[in-house]
Parts: sequence; structure tokens; C-alpha cells
Amino acid sequence: MVCGVDRNAIRRREGYDMTTWIRHRGWTWGFRSTVLLYFLALIVFPIFGIYVQSFSSGWTHFAESIADPIAWKAVLLTIKLGVIATLINVCIGTMIAWVLIRYRFPGRTLLNSLVDLPFALPTAVGGLMILLLLGPGSLLGSLAEKMGAQIVFHQPAIVIAMLFVTFPFVIRAVQPLLEELDPLEQEAAYTMGASKARTFFKVILPSMLPGIISGGMLAFSRALAEFGAVVLVAGNIPGRTLIASVFIFGEVESDNPAGAAAVSILLLTLSFIILWVISTVQQRGRRA
Amino acid sequence: MRRLWIGLTYVVFIILLIIPLSRIAIGAFEKGLDGFMEGLLRPEALHALMMTGLIVVLVTLLNALFGIMMALYLVRANWLSRRIKGVLNSIVDLPYAVSPVIGGLMIVLLLGPDSIIGGFFEGIGFKVVYAFPGMVIATLFVTFPLMVREVMPVLQEIGHDQEQAAATLGAYGWTTFRKVTWPSIRWAVVYGVVLTVARSLGEFGAVLVVSGNIMNKTQTATTLVYQDVENFNVAAANGVALVLAAFSVGILLLMEWAKKRKDVQ
Repeated sequence: MVCGVDRNAIRRREGYDMTTWIRHRGWTWGFRSTVLLYFLALIVFPIFGIYVQSFSSGWTHFAESIADPIAWKAVLLTIKLGVIATLINVCIGTMIAWVLIRYRFPGRTLLNSLVDLPFALPTAVGGLMILLLLGPGSLLGSLAEKMGAQIVFHQPAIVIAMLFVTFPFVIRAVQPLLEELDPLEQEAAYTMGASKARTFFKVILPSMLPGIISGGMLAFSRALAEFGAVVLVAGNIPGRTLIASVFIFGEVESDNPAGAAAVSILLLTLSFIILWVISTVQQRGRRA
Repeated sequence: MRRLWIGLTYVVFIILLIIPLSRIAIGAFEKGLDGFMEGLLRPEALHALMMTGLIVVLVTLLNALFGIMMALYLVRANWLSRRIKGVLNSIVDLPYAVSPVIGGLMIVLLLGPDSIIGGFFEGIGFKVVYAFPGMVIATLFVTFPLMVREVMPVLQEIGHDQEQAAATLGAYGWTTFRKVTWPSIRWAVVYGVVLTVARSLGEFGAVLVVSGNIMNKTQTATTLVYQDVENFNVAAANGVALVLAAFSVGILLLMEWAKKRKDVQ
């Protein structure tokens, strides 16, 4: 009994000591500077560093690295294939978002949770899947080869890899907008005699558009950056199936960090612009 | 019309997600259970899985802690001007836009053996790049935004009335956080943790560049899969890939659960 009281008293006193100890101003400032330093050292410093590094040996060296046909062809190819993958994704993503929100059917919840699978799955595993399904020796791969179409180690495989990795973006960006859309608006359009197609293009599509754009942009920037899935299925032949991130990796491996840095900042600047556009679109959407 | 759309959706899901996922499972057991176990119990596979596990634990802990703090500061701090907060806020997203390979390259450039900082650490006998610390740093870089972006909207939504009330009633910073703020951001933090685990488990590009992919030393599960495929040893890759895929499906289920709890709040 006495012992219990004592313990409580001690606990109370310790608790008091804890709070005064934590309350000390030095701790507050220590915390703040630690967090900000962590942030600066981890995020800001490396990004700053790569820009400095690629211009450290002067503009001419940078220009030389970019002017290398293998380098700029890799960047252009990445953009081209990224655009194709994004366009496909915008179409099927919008459709799936629509179906998952508007229709009730067996398996809907399951499909809805499966959407995020490409986010959760390691990209290297994604690449391996494509290789297993369409690669040499597989059923589909040999079938396509017989018909004269080459998939794996050629451009179609890269597009498929990008498609797989960026699959969730458009769906997840459009869904909340569709949820908010008032079905009454559609019904009003119907009752006033608008056709189904006209209602879709005049009422539904405009309200999905911010989601389609920002989701598409996110998918595009992810497609530009994708490495894991692509490196396993692309042939990596310069000018034909060598994309920018794989090119950068090759330059690092062959001990040419300056060349890698030059292409990197080209790609980085492009991604930063995309990111900036996305946030502008979203802000405008919020204001509207 | 309705039937057609639902059917099309099913077709996309089956072709793009379900068939590939089951193909991995079939591939892993192509040579029976023994083949699967053999691929998985190779010493290099066990070591790679251990490395991945260590990285996931360390990165999740560090980024959960600093992510929550950063989110708190970005939303609440009155010792930072609004403009600085705006700038910091947009910087948080930058790792999303950086290709993992480039993220790895940045760390090699900054901390590699040829750099000033890297040379200094090398001098005192501490290897950063092509060793474990570099791999952790690369994964930290890639996963930093996830926690911040999950916690920030919740903090903005709940406002700081309750926190101010608690402070007025005499509660100190830590008590306010534990009793008032924490209960409302709890599920957002859980969701952020799940996302961070998923991303650090699957991180490949950045780790590949930074680690040098040295077998039994700096090889992680994903870079082992890559190396097996490059060596035309697809059967062995399947076992490790299946373990990773199973983890991802588990994470997906956790995500669903956390999302539901988060929405309830």
C-alpha cells in the first residue's frame, strides 16, 4: 500500500521532470534545425549538386555531352514512348475510373483495390512479369514472332512496361472528381433533350478534365523516369531501344558521371516543369 | 452499353494485372516446390532479402519521424514565414520528379569516392557509396515525400483550434501533440508508413546505382532479381520475385485497411 503511493509520487515527479526537460527552448531549436538540416541535406543538396556538377567543367563540355547523338536520341525516344504510354493510359484510365465509380457489379471493390498494385509492386518484378509473359520461349512471344511482330527487347515492350507502371495515376486522379459530380446535372441535360454523347462531352468530360490532365501529366513524368521495368525488357540498342534512364545508368557504369549528369539535368528540368504544370492545374482546379 | 464497359474493364485488369501476377507464381513453381526453395534459399538470395529488410526498417523509421515533423512544421510553424514555407512545400515533391537512377547518380556524385565529402569519409575508413549507408540514403531520398504528403492534408483539415485550446489550458508542446494532434493524424501516419514500406521494398534504380550491386555485400532483393535475369537465370529470379510480389499484395491489403480507417476519421 505504502509502496504503491510512493511509486505514484515518483512517477508524478518524473512526469513533471520530463515535461520541463522537453520544454526547454534548446530542445525546440535543436529539433527544428535537425529536421530542416535533414531536409536540406537529403533533398535540396543533391539536386543542387547535380546541376553544379554538370556545369562545373563549363558549358562546352555540357553541350558536347548533350550533342552526342546517342544521348539526345535516348531522350527523344523516352519522350516519344512516354507520350504513347500516357495517351493509352488516359483512355483506359478514364474508362476504368468511370466504370468503377458509376457502375455496381460483382468484383468492383476487388478491382478498385487492385488498381494500386503497380504502385506496390517493385518495378523490377513488373519487368520480370512482362519478360515471362511475352519474352522468348513464352506462348505469346513465339506467337507474335510467327506473325512477324517483335515485342520484347523492342519498343512495344517499353511502352507496355511504362503502361503497367503508370496505370494507377489517371484512375486515381479522375475518381474523386467523378464522385463529386452531381448526377442531377446529367439528368438535367438528358431531360432537356441532349443526347448521351452530347451530355458526355458537354457535362461529364469537362468536370473530369482537370483529373485527366494532372493524372496524365503525373503518368508522363513517371514514364520518363521509369527504369526498373524498362531495363529488363528493352534491348537497350542506342537510337532504337535505349531510353534516357537506361542511358544514364550505362554512363554511370562505364564511369562517365559527367555525361550522365548532363542528360540527367535535361530529364530533370523536363520533369520539374511537368511538376510545376501539375501544381498549377490543381491550384486552378481548386479555385474554380 | 453498361455490360460492354464493365466487360472492357475486366479485360484490362485481367490482361494488365492478373495474368502477369499469376505468371510469376507459376514461374516460381515451374520446377516444383524444391526449385522454388532452392532459388530462395541460395545464400545470396537470403543475404539480399536481409539487406532489403534492414533498409526497409531503417528508412521507414527515419522518414516516419522526420516526415511527421516536417509536415507539422510546414503546416503549423509560425517561426517560418509563409513564403519560405511555400518554397519548402514545393521542394518536398521534387523526389517524385527525379528518376530513381538520377537520384542514385546524385548521391554518387556528392558522396562517391572522388567527391570532397566522400573522400573525407573514405579517409576515416567509412565507406558511403557502394556500401550500406549509401543505399539507405538513396532510399531515404526516394521515399521522403510519401509521409509528408499523407500527414499534411490531415493537419490542414483539422485546423489548430483544438491544439490552441490545449495550449491555452496549459498543456505543453509534447502533451498537446500526444493527446490532441496524434489521435487525429494517426491513420494518415499508418498509411504513410505503409506507402514508405512499399516504396523502399521495391526501390531499384537508385539502389542499383549507389550499391554497385555486389553479390553477398550490397545486393538487395530487387537488384538480385535484375542480376538473375541478366544472367539468363530467370527460374531463380522467379522465387525472389514471388516473395516480393507476395509482400506487395500484403501491402496492398494493408493500404486498403488503412485507407478505410483514415476515411472514417
